[in-house]
Amino acid sequence: MNKCFATAAEAVADVFDGATVMIGGFGGSGAPIELIHALIDAGPKNLTVVNNNAGNGHVGLAAMIEQGMVKKLICSFPKSKDPKAFTDRYQAGEIELELVPQGTLAERIRAGGAGIPAFYTPTAYGTELGETKPTAEFDGKPYVQERWLKADFALIKAELGDPYGNLTYRLAARNFNPLMATAAGKTIAQVSRLVEAGGIDPEAVVTPGIFVNRLVEIANPQQEEVLNQAEARYP
Amino acid sequence: MSIQGQLNQEQIAWRAAQDIEDGAYVNLGIGFPEKVAAYTIEGREPIFHTENGVLGFGRAPAKGEEDWDLINAGKKAITLKPGAAFFDHATSFAMIRGGHLDVAILGALQVASNGDLANWRVGDKGVPAVGGAMDLVNGAKRVAVLTDHVTRDGKPKLVEACSFPLTGVGCVTRVYTSLAVIDVDIANARFVLVEKLSHLSMDDLQSVTGAKLHVDGDVGELEVPELS
Repeated sequence: MNKCFATAAEAVADVFDGATVMIGGFGGSGAPIELIHALIDAGPKNLTVVNNNAGNGHVGLAAMIEQGMVKKLICSFPKSKDPKAFTDRYQAGEIELELVPQGTLAERIRAGGAGIPAFYTPTAYGTELGETKPTAEFDGKPYVQERWLKADFALIKAELGDPYGNLTYRLAARNFNPLMATAAGKTIAQVSRLVEAGGIDPEAVVTPGIFVNRLVEIANPQQEEVLNQAEARYP
Repeated sequence: MSIQGQLNQEQIAWRAAQDIEDGAYVNLGIGFPEKVAAYTIEGREPIFHTENGVLGFGRAPAKGEEDWDLINAGKKAITLKPGAAFFDHATSFAMIRGGHLDVAILGALQVASNGDLANWRVGDKGVPAVGGAMDLVNGAKRVAVLTDHVTRDGKPKLVEACSFPLTGVGCVTRVYTSLAVIDVDIANARFVLVEKLSHLSMDDLQSVTGAKLHVDGDVGELEVPELS
């Protein structure tokens, strides 16, 4: 078995128009910049994107939005230091926003990956983000019903990967990446270092390979924050 | 009325830090609440949680020493303390919703006497963004708010009912303001005055508070050091 692809371009080549794509990361931490840029080069349109944020500056997710590839964004916090890419299109009515509380977003993705179609959470009860959803009482407390979230593709970033797709993460760059890996039809991981089978201690594996379909090694990956400080743009 | 001698944000944060116990697991909201960490009492060791998957982080690194994989919920670079841990977002919010977090400290637009909090959106204009606030207020054992007592144009922020969109219902247990410390008796929808600045009369304090301030027993003096 070998899930390794030679280039990011090949790994994302079949992302189709209208697909739902989960993109890992929290702000720039854990954002798979090279996979996103390869997707921009491929250019599928009308995508629904799931990410915690809505991009920052003019690289990564923000650049995808600027290219007009994103029809709908499902996120918790569409603000950043430089949110212009999203804000302009949102205010022009060119992009749809589904705002989801951050813990609910995480749990919806987890539920999608775990085969749980819906769950109840206290989050958003009595607020405008909960008002259109079914509610129920358990042990005297009210809860909001939330649905699972699944995607056609997940683009994620990991630190180590082996040919079986086992992954580890670096520092706080873990965040949404392991969850999204479980919730997509095809999970595509960029790894900073590809090691041989056995190169990751099984005790240290965070995402087991069963959740990962494709890997591509991107040594010394770019950081969104560093790119933004340099006022980079993509393409 | 104009209010003399209001506490500044540093002083409000200092007062909130006095109530954080040794070993408490604490989440500080982005911005103003983050200041609380700087006033941790000598000899106490709270463990700070951030939504994006870190327990046990410390101060910001020196400029130039940032590692942008290591950030907090405000997307600022952080450092780790010995004994820190990383985890994914589902685990992070299991800590929050599952009642494992001792204290969440947030900012506020309005707090109501029934414990309702509004802190994420002013109206229909602009881009709405909620982040983890709605999870935090429904999960932490204690939900405290730091806020100026009134808005910039002098309107009460402590009110009978929030007019801004809610973050959570019946969730705030204590409010630290620029004038007072106030507990929220959620079950009976009452603000209960705990401490107030000594030079401020009850009448003056009530006049800038949008709901009745109740007194159960003694009211302490709100005393803080000079900080800027």
